[in-house]
Amino acid sequence: MIREVAIVGVGWSGFRPITPDLSYKELMYEAAVQAYEEAGIDPRRDVDSFVTVAEDYNEGTSIFDEYVPDQLGALHRPVQTISGEGIHGLAAAVMQILTGQFDVVVVEGHSKASNILTLPYILAFAFDPVFNRPLAVHPYYVAGMEMLRYQVESGTSHYECACVAAKNRNNALLNPLAGYGAAISAADVMASEPVAEPLTRLECAGHSDGCITLVLAAGETARALTDTPVWVRGIGWANDTPWLESRPWGEARYAQAAAEMVYRTAGIKSPRAEIDFAEIDDTFAYKELQHLEALNLCPPGAAGEWTAAGGTEIGGEFPVNPSGGALGQGHLLDATGLARVLEVVLQLRGQAGQRQIETAEVGLAFGWRGVPTTGGAAVILSN
Amino acid sequence: MKEYVYDSVYLRSKDFEEGNVLFETWDPNARYAWDAGVAIGRYLQGLKAGQLIGRHCPECDRVLIPPRMFCETCFRPTDRWVELEDTGAIITFSRCYVTWDMIRITDPQIPAVIEIDGASPGMGIMHMLSEVDPDEVQIGMRVQAVWKPAAERIGAITDIAYFKPL
Ligand SMILES: [Zn+2]
Repeated sequence: MIREVAIVGVGWSGFRPITPDLSYKELMYEAAVQAYEEAGIDPRRDVDSFVTVAEDYNEGTSIFDEYVPDQLGALHRPVQTISGEGIHGLAAAVMQILTGQFDVVVVEGHSKASNILTLPYILAFAFDPVFNRPLAVHPYYVAGMEMLRYQVESGTSHYECACVAAKNRNNALLNPLAGYGAAISAADVMASEPVAEPLTRLECAGHSDGCITLVLAAGETARALTDTPVWVRGIGWANDTPWLESRPWGEARYAQAAAEMVYRTAGIKSPRAEIDFAEIDDTFAYKELQHLEALNLCPPGAAGEWTAAGGTEIGGEFPVNPSGGALGQGHLLDATGLARVLEVVLQLRGQAGQRQIETAEVGLAFGWRGVPTTGGAAVILSN
Repeated sequence: MKEYVYDSVYLRSKDFEEGNVLFETWDPNARYAWDAGVAIGRYLQGLKAGQLIGRHCPECDRVLIPPRMFCETCFRPTDRWVELEDTGAIITFSRCYVTWDMIRITDPQIPAVIEIDGASPGMGIMHMLSEVDPDEVQIGMRVQAVWKPAAERIGAITDIAYFKPL
């Protein structure tokens, strides 16, 4: 990258299935204050630009970007809202710093999923109105279809997919931020109720409310602000076709393309050798495996076996989702990818408590926009 | 130019009604229940009790209404609740001759921003005016809340029926 960029402050709030005690503005304020405090900055003076990530239909208010400045300290300042995955917002902020016109940029993403009374219908609203919506099936059918095709093409067993859910829910027990921790086994996961076969209930992430705020700074500013900057080494994002009728169901090509870009910008030739751990979208258990392969962190078709053998556990050779992932923390809508980034930052700083990885020097975070999308974004961070 | 002129038919309403023109329709099922949180929660509780409540910022010393837990100007937490009068002065208003479902009306609806007595200058709430000759309404006019009967109040901005001239 043409300019050094680092994360110099992180803040979070919520991470619970319901948060009736806080309005979304109060939730955002809490996370923002924490991030600014960590970075040692005053947003009214020191922040050059603010990027938030939000989707009007998730908020229940159109032109929602109008409602973000107050609680971020962004009054009378440059503010923009990205309608995308949280890591798309991070990418926008990184690019602003790369222009040389901004030295300190804030990124915010949040979820008030519990406030959406008709969440499956809001998800369904993302489907094509002519070809798909009239069929009136719960949107998770797309995940069931994709899982089946992935299993057949990659030779991955249902047990291996279930191992992801068991691992991440158990990891979440070590994470005070995670609301869905549980001591469950792969057998428990497979025995839970079918949702859209082969997908079972415990293979689908529940939802959480929460907010994540990151403070980014350009090289010299970052060094002046903190002794523990977490450097952004590369960033990448990509989309595949929206056609459900003719997408490559077995493999996540959007993730392959995003990976190609993130490795190129980070100058990484051998991802598995050069990266120590990853936080990867696991909205559905099989997605972690499909994404691991697409991100070239293991050979095609090898992720299931690797996971079942414990290779991606916290003490394994390549920990994946030590935070518990979305399965363990709950899905945070647009902010889910920023939760992945948050854990990478905490690990790289050595602040991950009981779930700390011993040799955490380079980490990858990958976010996916969920069904029915084929949009994903990745970032590589190092300490 | 002649070669660009084609035979044509005009589309009429009945072509749509009779399905001669194909199109797709969809009614979104989008329902929400927003958490009120601390500030809005206390405000709505106050409305139910027939009381307007603001919040004080220790930095700029303003009293903010509707109340908020942080001051957007100073970016610091507000520190105390302030009970306010239900009277104030009109900051700005409009006489509206079209309803929100686009029906023309002769007696206008009159929304107004009312600077609340006891709150800081420029701090108002949005409400409706009634019991007033539309032509008499002007900026600076003194008004007072007309509350719904206590039994009908539910903790909503509509617990105030409207504002009328003092
Ligand atoms: Zn103030």
